[in-house]
Amino acid sequence: MVHKILICDDSVSIRQMLALTLNDAKYNVTESKNGMQALELANQQNFDLIITDINMPLLDGLSLVKKLRVLPEYRFKPILLLTTETDPKKKKEAKAAGATGWIIKPFDPDKLLAAIRKVLR
Amino acid sequence: MTIDLTQVRGLFFEESFENLDIMESSLLDLEIGTFNEELVNNIFRAAHSIKGGAGIFQLDDIVAFAHNAETFLDEVRDRKHSIDQALIDLLLRAGDILRMMLSASKDEIEYDTHLAETCQTELQQALAETTEFVEEIIAEEIIAVPAVLREWHIEFKPDLPILKTGNDPINLFRELEELGELTVIANIDAIPDFADLDPQSCYLSWELILRSEANDTDIEEIFEWVIDECELNITVNNLEDTELSISEQSIEELEITPEIIVPKEVIPQNIETIKSINNKVIEAHEEISEDIVNKHINTQGNTNSIRVGIDKIDNLINMVGELVITQSMLDQIGENFDNSDIMQLRDGLSQLERNTRELQENVMRIRMLPISFSFNRFPRLVHDLSTQLGKKVELILSGESTELDKTVLEKMSDPLVHLVRNSLDHGIELPEQRKQVGKPEVGQLHLNAFHQSGNIVIQISDDGAGFDTEKIRAKAIQKGWITPDENLVDEQLYEFIFQPGFSTSEEVSDVSGRGVGMDVVRRNIRDLGGSIEVKSEAGKGSKFSIRLPLTLAILDGQLVRVGEEIFVLPLLSIMESLRIQTKLVNSFTGTLEIYKLRDDYIPIFRLYKLFNIKNTATKLEQGLLVIAEGDGQKIGLFVDELLSQQQIVIKSLENNYKKVQGVSGATILGDGNVALILDITGLIQLFRNQTKSPSYLPLGTIRYE
Repeated sequence: MVHKILICDDSVSIRQMLALTLNDAKYNVTESKNGMQALELANQQNFDLIITDINMPLLDGLSLVKKLRVLPEYRFKPILLLTTETDPKKKKEAKAAGATGWIIKPFDPDKLLAAIRKVLR
Repeated sequence: MTIDLTQVRGLFFEESFENLDIMESSLLDLEIGTFNEELVNNIFRAAHSIKGGAGIFQLDDIVAFAHNAETFLDEVRDRKHSIDQALIDLLLRAGDILRMMLSASKDEIEYDTHLAETCQTELQQALAETTEFVEEIIAEEIIAVPAVLREWHIEFKPDLPILKTGNDPINLFRELEELGELTVIANIDAIPDFADLDPQSCYLSWELILRSEANDTDIEEIFEWVIDECELNITVNNLEDTELSISEQSIEELEITPEIIVPKEVIPQNIETIKSINNKVIEAHEEISEDIVNKHINTQGNTNSIRVGIDKIDNLINMVGELVITQSMLDQIGENFDNSDIMQLRDGLSQLERNTRELQENVMRIRMLPISFSFNRFPRLVHDLSTQLGKKVELILSGESTELDKTVLEKMSDPLVHLVRNSLDHGIELPEQRKQVGKPEVGQLHLNAFHQSGNIVIQISDDGAGFDTEKIRAKAIQKGWITPDENLVDEQLYEFIFQPGFSTSEEVSDVSGRGVGMDVVRRNIRDLGGSIEVKSEAGKGSKFSIRLPLTLAILDGQLVRVGEEIFVLPLLSIMESLRIQTKLVNSFTGTLEIYKLRDDYIPIFRLYKLFNIKNTATKLEQGLLVIAEGDGQKIGLFVDELLSQQQIVIKSLENNYKKVQGVSGATILGDGNVALILDITGLIQLFRNQTKSPSYLPLGTIRYE
């Protein structure tokens, strides 16, 4: 089964980088550029994993996670946050919002895939 | 795993420059003393994105700088600083440094590290809290710790709601299993009675036994995401203690060369040696791959990209679809064609024509960009310059969404900057001066763009002092362009500012007058097939209007015949065509013929003479006079006859042959013949050269000596 992953980042280069890596690893990738768009897409399709940036216009990553966790389809789905913060306070915030885990930017492809393997089997 | 990142890299730079633009415009929009959350967030996000992207491409210096800017911005976001001019200036400068660093990385050249360091120090000093500043972010070095087989005992008791964050304990166990031999013992004691059971909670806890050569971090990483949502107890027993101590002694006698398979139980002293060998191998490898990358870049050359909205592409695909339908329709008609189908064929052909035109328009639109790309740099420029000059200026932008060809846009950038600098330097007065003459202290500079009859018009106007005609006059006399007793109207005087070597500023200031004069501005505009016009009123201000073609690739042309040659005239430059009444022609000194058209006197160009064409009408009454305008000057072109009007695809003559004055390009006609496209402005130049008529005088002005 091909897993469907929704990625969400306002930076085109990060999105491309993610998409390249994930496509290469034979995942089915859908891109979105802010939380609003991601939420809409998540409502229309069923994704197995959502990877989102935190700092974004319109709807930020943490709010996106909160909104997703209310939806029945996404109550138990893995959601990973992309973050440059290594600050433990931020990690707590992410957890409180309902995130499964985080990926520290910059990431190298292997680390990214390893992180995904932790939640997608 | 390797992925080709060249493309993403290009994208990263493009995006980062856009982010810097956003950062800059947001900074300029900030009002002193007011905290605008949206703008501050925009600025923060821009720095943040650049940092994130730069990390991927290992641009460590940029990451470090952006990180420091971000730290400061984070404080600004938390309202620890008041928004004042110094803060805005500092951040603007930080943006400039980032831009410099990015450009340098993009082109793989050096940059001024001293500038970056100074700015970095300033950012640091500006910090409200003493946070550790990052000098350089160094990627974590992975030091190989000797692998030892150990037995791990892990007690894992997740909190009840763990599943609600999308973490599944089974996944954790699978991860552990990959590290070695795993035994899982589940504890089901905590499961409540069925009535009390919440199916969304996790009541299980586990005891895990792992025999593995993994190190502490491997295990910690697996539990990294759930560490705060569980009770976790990890103990470890070393199974190879004795074996290790033996090898510790023997290893010192080992000589390590790259060929030797390094035993797992390497002790620290020798790790250094291995690392240095490794580094050499890595370096060599990097050198090779760098070579490959360089070659790759060279073959691609300077790739120029354009970002196009998806709607434009969709439109295009739509058009192509229509074209295919038309084509198959024509195909069908052609299959068993008989004369009764002629109407259908005509319909089909006109549909094909429509499709082609629409397709052409849409393809052209792809190259079109909103002028805001160019306008957006001006808030910063005006901010910096007005501060430097001690002037107060309000910049008004309008018509930013007007689209024009990317090439035109790029080539217009410098002329526009020059005109804006001029307005600020020479046009708008100092606040005191403005007060004295009863004007508001703050001067206005207006940049406007709009479409007008198939052209783009860009206007730069200010409410400053206007041109000083006396100064211009004096300068013209000094340069010997006119004699002191010559009386010229204002419009004629304005023409002098476009002369090479003209500058009214007594001293060359830092702002304008960098040796690039208005003559260059006008030449650039003319090269694009455009024109520039000046209006000025003493004490009220001045206005420059630039008229540019929408695109450089296609023009509406009028075909004219001279002898057996066919020429194309840009339809836009033609005012009217008429039969010549010989009694209205005046001839002077044998070379100059003037036609009196209503109140105008128009010089006649005999094209056959200019291009040396035989077998043509030579008597004026045999042919036609096409009145054309170029650069504010009207001329009459004498031709044999007018042919059809059609859209012309311009082919460069310069690229394929050489530059010819008076000819702007060539095109291929429907019958396969090549026709030259006449350039009215160039013809006027040519004519001036031949008749030795100075360019500040309208052609046809008679000078009595």
